Amino acid sequence: MPKEGEDSLYTGLKDIVGEGFVSREPEELYIYSRDSSANPPRRVDYVVMPSSVEEVQAVVRLASTRGIPLVPMGAALNLEGLTIPLKGGIVVDMRRMDRIIEVSEMDRYALIEAGVSQGKLISYLSENHPTLQHSVPDAPPSATVAGSCLICGYGHLSTNYGTHAEMVNALEVVLPSGELLRTGSAMLPTSLWFGRGSLPDLTGLFLGWLGTTGIVTKLSIRLYPRPPIRDMVIYMMQDCSIVPDVVYRITHTEMAEDVSIVGQERPEWMKGYQIIAAYVSAHTREELALKKKYLKRISEKDFKARVSFMEEAPGDLKEQFMELPFFATKVADWKKGGGFEYVGAIMPIDKLPEAWEKGIEIAHRYNMLYSYAIRVVEGGHHVLFTYSYPFNRADETCMQSALAALRETQKLSLDLGAIPWKPEVDGQKEIIKRMDKGTFRLMQRVRNLLDPKGIMNPGNWEVD
Amino acid sequence: MALDDFKDIIHRCFRCGYCKFTSNYSDFNCPPYNKFRLETFSPGGRMWLIRAMMLEDIEPSQHLADILYTCTMCANCVEECRFKFHDNIVDIIMEGKASLVEAGVVPPSVRDFFKNIYTNGNPWKEPQKKRGDWARDAGIPPYKKGDEYLFYVGCIGSYDQRVQKMAGAFGQLLLRSGISFGILGEEEYCDGNEVLMMGEEGLFEYLALKNIELFKEKGVKKIVTLSPHAYNAMLNKYPGLGGDFEVVHYTELLKELITSGRLKIPGTRKIKVTYHDPCFLGRWNSIYDEPREVLDSVHGIELVEMKRNRENAFCCGGGGGNFYTDIIGGGEQSPSRIRSREAAETGADIISVACPTCMTMIEDGLKGEDLDHKIKLMDISEIVLSAIIDAGESI
Repeated sequence: MPKEGEDSLYTGLKDIVGEGFVSREPEELYIYSRDSSANPPRRVDYVVMPSSVEEVQAVVRLASTRGIPLVPMGAALNLEGLTIPLKGGIVVDMRRMDRIIEVSEMDRYALIEAGVSQGKLISYLSENHPTLQHSVPDAPPSATVAGSCLICGYGHLSTNYGTHAEMVNALEVVLPSGELLRTGSAMLPTSLWFGRGSLPDLTGLFLGWLGTTGIVTKLSIRLYPRPPIRDMVIYMMQDCSIVPDVVYRITHTEMAEDVSIVGQERPEWMKGYQIIAAYVSAHTREELALKKKYLKRISEKDFKARVSFMEEAPGDLKEQFMELPFFATKVADWKKGGGFEYVGAIMPIDKLPEAWEKGIEIAHRYNMLYSYAIRVVEGGHHVLFTYSYPFNRADETCMQSALAALRETQKLSLDLGAIPWKPEVDGQKEIIKRMDKGTFRLMQRVRNLLDPKGIMNPGNWEVD
Repeated sequence: MALDDFKDIIHRCFRCGYCKFTSNYSDFNCPPYNKFRLETFSPGGRMWLIRAMMLEDIEPSQHLADILYTCTMCANCVEECRFKFHDNIVDIIMEGKASLVEAGVVPPSVRDFFKNIYTNGNPWKEPQKKRGDWARDAGIPPYKKGDEYLFYVGCIGSYDQRVQKMAGAFGQLLLRSGISFGILGEEEYCDGNEVLMMGEEGLFEYLALKNIELFKEKGVKKIVTLSPHAYNAMLNKYPGLGGDFEVVHYTELLKELITSGRLKIPGTRKIKVTYHDPCFLGRWNSIYDEPREVLDSVHGIELVEMKRNRENAFCCGGGGGNFYTDIIGGGEQSPSRIRSREAAETGADIISVACPTCMTMIEDGLKGEDLDHKIKLMDISEIVLSAIIDAGESI
């Protein structure tokens, strides 16, 4: 580590954000060089925590002048190593920018800074705007709202309203040059944040690009009605081939607020079952009863003995399923080892049975327990199928086994025609190999135009 | 315990971050994380760094020591962590500090704290013979064989002028109740809770054994402590070292005296009071109701809760030795100033405390926020005593 006087980049960063919010100490470099996934640690040179748009701009300009890589980071809970630098440089931890700037009840949106956590927004809305909600991902409350939007995440309202990327109205972005850009309705001088608008959709330049096109500093996201009553019903079956049909019929009733499917080998009684949870919200008990009645009719009329319908989830299952955010992280302790990673495969629902069966084969081949969480998206247009692999962080063999299973599952999902969700670097390369060449060339041209010096999270969406 | 005892647990932290929050996620409730915001200062960050130190991936360093010693041991992480090993988080952080003590890498203020305790029996190098001076004018008697309770005052209560008044008020209430009690005065020695929390296990054992021997020699059966920190050490740690005494916190005893009718509160105090839960009384020992019940027993008091209360109370920032070392530091984001602002937001006339550490920290916090003219800081005994005095009762 060079002495401070010799390290003008460190001094420059310190002048921008203040001494307490920049580090090149081994402790911070250690923590920011790894995440909770099975991805290997990689070199970090500095960690910086800006508190304003102006500070982000100054950091970007400084890095651009020096040609130093910048890696924007939310809570680093993507579980794909996406905020661990591939080529060293500065990790920009955005979590000091955590103001909820505005909530418009009438226009149903929230304008927030990029470091706002899911937990903070859940709590804020609950206290101040109890009739509104945002879509909460199955991530810990410390995950950032922006992070989930930018990786095109999913949440508890995705069945009706799509991915978190689709719930973005507008963005404020610091470009790799340090210039400031606003997209969606905020691109007009009035800077209103109500919608995506019908102008050229520049918002898409920053969604799914894994921090390679700029640093998002503010975003407006859509809020949705939050009826006072929320409940759920459960369908259980032991035949994955009928799952698409059951889901189709559920979503066709338009009675469910959200639909997800679970399959796992622990606890023992869940082994071999497909469990579909259909969430129902209502303004009155009568409305709830009516919706549940329609949902019950599906199993009675169309599937009879093949599907068990439960108006009340057994045991503590209901409490677990209803919790927002859902405590998906508990998988991390299955191997008593503090780690898990998953492959997210976005696929048409008719591929689900094959994905289900082949996933079990892979898990068992690597001595793993299968664990699936599947979210039905946008009324059933597609599903996000996640294959989770817990591992023991203290057991290198176990971690390698998880990594191998993950790679094979990634390949399986591509072979099935699925789109991998927020792929880690090897997954990105696999996608690029299969991607239309013209499309990839355009992606490269867009990046070169926005980031000619290649400082934004380099190594991602690139070929070797 | 040793760090090695946790080798099968420490890697189980996923760094999911539940531990940083209140139970409804409204705020970051880990004082150092809230202030410093780098992931290293979160409970999960600490767990990973301690593991890295065990694996020799990082060396013990002053920066690592700063990270670990900013931890106030408030146990919010224990309360909020969703995993089965949550009870062990503060133990692991304590053992991480113990490793730094062993490696000889601790912040200078921590070193001075240990040294002063060892040589003088208190953190400020105050003379031992002055330890009981505060009690002389207050008429608090020395402990004598056969007394029902030993009133253990502790270092802050013995030497800090503001907290001496708190100790005096409780002493007056005990006198009024007719209970037999006394203090050890210049024979009293540090309870060692903070020493343990700061990782000096050897020194803690020395202090604990010294106290246990003295208590036994004096024939002590029951101890009432002014400080929740001393309460924690004597209740939970001393038995493992042969110290088997009945230990109560003063708010528990007050509640019992009021309920049994031995202490009557004739007065009325038309005031709005908020109560700050001390970490070592609340999260560490699950005592939330007794202090509130004592306040409720004073006619006219309206108890208003701060946004963060009971299991979600925000620490004053003084635990883990920070009341002395101040490694967590001052400024607007210091825990005591944040807590002072929260208290003022309730519109209360008084912020009540039940811990000497909290009293000194909040006193500073109110001054730092220029709120000391707007909201009065009182301990629960002082409030009860003032109600009695207001009623014209003689003490």
